[in-house]
Amino acid sequence: MKSEILISVQALSRFYGQQRAIENVSFDVHRGEILGFLGPNGAGKSTTMQIICGVLAANHGSVTIVGHDINLTPRLAKQHIGFLPEQPPLYNDLTVDEYLQYAAKLRGIKKESLNNAVGRTKQRCGLQNSGSRLIQNLSKGYKQRVGIAQAIIHSPSVIILDEPTSGLDPIQIREIRELMRELAEDHSVILSTHILSEVQSLCDRVLIINQGSIVLDQSLAELQEAANKPDSIEISLRTPPAVEALLGIDGVASVQSITEDTLHIHFDKAVNPTNNIIEKALADNWGLYKLNPGNTSLEAVFMRLTHSDSSLLEQDEAEAC
Amino acid sequence: MLNNISLIAANELRRLFKSPLAWIILAIVQFLLAIFFYLFLSQYMQPSSSTSGLTEQVVSGMYQISGVIMLLVSPLLTMRLITEERRLGTIKLLISSPISITELVLGKYVGITAFYCVMLLMISLMPASLMLGTQLDLGQIASGLIGVFLLMSAFAAIGLFISSLTNSPAVAAISTFGVLFLLWIINIAGTNASENMAALFSYLSLLKHYTNLLTGVFNSTDVLFYIIVSVFFIILSIWRLDAERTYG
Repeated sequence: MKSEILISVQALSRFYGQQRAIENVSFDVHRGEILGFLGPNGAGKSTTMQIICGVLAANHGSVTIVGHDINLTPRLAKQHIGFLPEQPPLYNDLTVDEYLQYAAKLRGIKKESLNNAVGRTKQRCGLQNSGSRLIQNLSKGYKQRVGIAQAIIHSPSVIILDEPTSGLDPIQIREIRELMRELAEDHSVILSTHILSEVQSLCDRVLIINQGSIVLDQSLAELQEAANKPDSIEISLRTPPAVEALLGIDGVASVQSITEDTLHIHFDKAVNPTNNIIEKALADNWGLYKLNPGNTSLEAVFMRLTHSDSSLLEQDEAEAC
Repeated sequence: MLNNISLIAANELRRLFKSPLAWIILAIVQFLLAIFFYLFLSQYMQPSSSTSGLTEQVVSGMYQISGVIMLLVSPLLTMRLITEERRLGTIKLLISSPISITELVLGKYVGITAFYCVMLLMISLMPASLMLGTQLDLGQIASGLIGVFLLMSAFAAIGLFISSLTNSPAVAAISTFGVLFLLWIINIAGTNASENMAALFSYLSLLKHYTNLLTGVFNSTDVLFYIIVSVFFIILSIWRLDAERTYG
């Protein structure tokens, strides 16, 4: 049973003049879900996030936050949004406390619960001892924390974070990840990132966007499953045979030499001839000394879907032949 | 609505007073006007020059000069209103919050006009000190005060709009100064033109309506003129920021 849909994005398109930023982007995010937003630079991640938050308007399509359309009833919809842009929106001349109080009031928190909200958020983001410091004197990591703090201070249903872990050290990253997991229990989180391992360790679902369109929308479980069923292996042999000998093995689709003695073998997933290849290598004395399962990790998927490099295209074509 | 406006206005004021700029501007304006105050007063004290009253010569003179000084200083205060929010990225915080762009613009406007009120209060303390020793024409002072206040709020609205057009405070300041100066002296442009054009130009001039109020002539057209200018530029600012979501 799926839980309630908190963010619904329908057929979003946005142009900067003639330049297409995103086109026909649609997806839903459920309560309790962490959606990882991946894509190369300039793919339209930030644009999409800003449209969801109402900072930019879409040319076509609609965004619904907890049942409220962001354009028709912005006030209702925005109450449920916490947004951290790529550059944390901080007033350098305020102290952390002053800033967080202002952000909380902007988000409509009543005076009675103000101190409570600020205190709780500071604790969550590890800012307990920084309350009276000026934001301009904070290090980049702490500024980032203040940025995250302003996004979650009003416990919004929908939290949208544009590269939340940039500029943080590994310990801080781990803390922030834990915080996000905690938040995701009863909120929806969308986060964009360049770090693939972050998506793997944190997200329930991955959305890869390239040149303004969604090229992959899969749950992480599905991706893991695919990774467990590879469609290629990489073998290293001391005395490699002719390519034909390998192609003769049942199920092998193509062979590609990477170095003199290392070969990349693609095969039919259903057959998986790894066993046959090893047996043949032993029988014919090819001198097998290394064998790696093919790379179907998120990284490989990401590279395949987003790379429009001509060299890689040629490689793909070569593989297809 | 009012809550949000006062929230943004309060933050604007707080951040103004956190920066040295606001304090320095208050100090310099006070210092310059003190010199003028002294000059006007010593002029008045000379036996030969008592053609007009004390209020007319000293108080209205002060307010007249205040207008000119504000023309120079106002662009420096309004330049950062929107440009800085853009530069810091905080405009995204404001727009993704449940407040409307109208509230945002009005909050900014109220904030900066509140600062101008503080400034006006400081300026008025000098002529007010004369009341210790003599009688002043309070009606004329009130009319003059309203005049300076309206002039400053018009400056603020124009500065706010120009600040919403650009990302750079320096560009905003220079452009605002240019526009204010043009509107100030536009009546000079009419001196050689036909009678109708001269009337139009001098009607558009920020200076002319101001002078009326300073001399104690409280004409509702003059008051309306400033209110219309302010409202016009506030509406333009709202439109501009709203359009930025679509085209920016």
